[in-house]
Amino acid sequence: MLSFEQMKELLELVSKKGLGGVELREGDSHFRVAGKGQSLTTPVPAPSLPAVSAGATAAVAVVEVDEPEESLEGYTLTSPIVGTFYVSPSPEAEPYVHPGDRVEKGQVLCIVEAMKLMNEIESDVSGVVLSVIPQNAQPVEFGEPLFSIKTD
Amino acid sequence: MFNKILIANRGEIALRIIEACRELGVETVAVHSTADRDSLHVTYADEGICIGPAAVGESYLKISSLISAAEISGAEAVHPGYGLLAENAHFAEVVEECGLTWIGPRPETIRLMGDKAKARETARAAGIPILPGSREALVDPSAARELAVEIGYPVILKAAAGGGGRGLRIVSSADQIETQFLTAQSEAGAAFGNETLYLEKYLADPRHIEVQVLGDRHGTIVHCGERECSIQRRHQKLIEESPAIALDPEMRERMTRAAVDLSRSVRYENAGTVEFLLDPDGEFYFMEMNTRIQVEHPVTEIVASVDLVKEQIRVAAGEPLSVSDSLEPRGHAIECRINAEDPWTFAPSPGRLSTFHMPGGPGIRIDTHAYEGYVLPSFYDSLIAKVIASGRDRQEAIVRMRRALDLFEIEGVLTTIPLHQRILENEDFVAGRFSTSFMESFLAEL
Repeated sequence: MLSFEQMKELLELVSKKGLGGVELREGDSHFRVAGKGQSLTTPVPAPSLPAVSAGATAAVAVVEVDEPEESLEGYTLTSPIVGTFYVSPSPEAEPYVHPGDRVEKGQVLCIVEAMKLMNEIESDVSGVVLSVIPQNAQPVEFGEPLFSIKTD
Repeated sequence: MFNKILIANRGEIALRIIEACRELGVETVAVHSTADRDSLHVTYADEGICIGPAAVGESYLKISSLISAAEISGAEAVHPGYGLLAENAHFAEVVEECGLTWIGPRPETIRLMGDKAKARETARAAGIPILPGSREALVDPSAARELAVEIGYPVILKAAAGGGGRGLRIVSSADQIETQFLTAQSEAGAAFGNETLYLEKYLADPRHIEVQVLGDRHGTIVHCGERECSIQRRHQKLIEESPAIALDPEMRERMTRAAVDLSRSVRYENAGTVEFLLDPDGEFYFMEMNTRIQVEHPVTEIVASVDLVKEQIRVAAGEPLSVSDSLEPRGHAIECRINAEDPWTFAPSPGRLSTFHMPGGPGIRIDTHAYEGYVLPSFYDSLIAKVIASGRDRQEAIVRMRRALDLFEIEGVLTTIPLHQRILENEDFVAGRFSTSFMESFLAEL
């Protein structure tokens, strides 16, 4: 089995050189490092590496070199314009949608107000609303995430 | 003074405006496209708002997005920079209608001077020398033909909605005028949405001399001296300098007085530039007026000891001008516009700046939004830096410019630095013997 120092070196190697990953198997021992953007479940394409001469154990060390960004599940609907985000058609009205609601493509999900015009923002996809991202009356920029939707 | 200003521009001029705002204690809002997220003006502004995708039409030119960004950020005023919407009278009007202050001349002045035929007529009415030419828009090819006979060939057909060297057609003889007229008309329609043409006598080999003016809201108008911008390629300026060595004190006095007279006649507010053509006989003629801050403003700032952008903001805030034109010009300043282009073919060269190390030292000012590691987007103009060298006289400015360009390290993209270095070694340039035809012959001889 690799020593801690050896593992650390391999981690650094993958990170610095931007490698896809490193995989070592020795008997029951399996050491795997996945580079940024790589999944730990896909095999690392490899020329075969020299066997490590440590004793076999059942230990498995699995490490991710760079944490991939926490990606919101599902589809992120972003704002097509700059303006102020409103959850409902008017201050007294009910919000267009709540998390958990089913929505259809083309359905109005919110308002983004720009220059006194209330722009109805339609959903690009059908599915279930996972989250409403901005606060009501929050200014939003072009491309700002508005909704996370679990698509069908 | 404003609390917050939105900069409706990008690149080096956006940074320049931020600098002026910092000195005045004004907060800044930078708007940017998705392609400009890592731009320096976004980094240095107090707030950044993404207003659209990379294409200028969907972002920097989208009036609704700019106004919306001003609304959500609480900006009180908008500085339009140069280019983009800086001389768009409609945008200026919308800004004002939305309760924001436009940092520039009044919209009606922008509209008047934006119509190049009307601007010419305004100059004539103010007693400013103009080239022989049309009193009003040309209705048809035969009107052009008649006038051209009167004035004498060669003549130049110009788009009334053009400017900045675009929409021009030189006509050297009577047999060409009708076809050139029709072509010019459709070009003008396509480029500017307006087919209106006017006509002027064509000067074969003029020098381009322009005068910087400033007006406040209290009726004071001053000039800040002149600039020479004759080193141009296809009407795009490459090198500018102040003062213009082609002028003797008497000519300088007449030209600056003409610029101020014109500005007074339209009650000009904020910064502006009156452009003239100087013919080899020493006569000068009004060409057009630019109702914005210009790219080459630094050479005036150095020689006339004025911060033009700060003055623009102060004027818009209702303050009186802090400069007068009795100040004597000090020394000489030259500006080289460095573009990310092949220096010999001028093909654009976008990419990542793997090395970017600016020279410093005495008399060197660099206005740039670039930095090491910056990726120059391909969507916008190719200006990456303005190098301004100044000294006690023109010779010292030239020596300093050569030194600065030699020590300016840029790798990762091609730049026009080698072209400028060659120009600065040219005997005629160094002797001050040049006109607007200089670049054509210079490039032909390379």
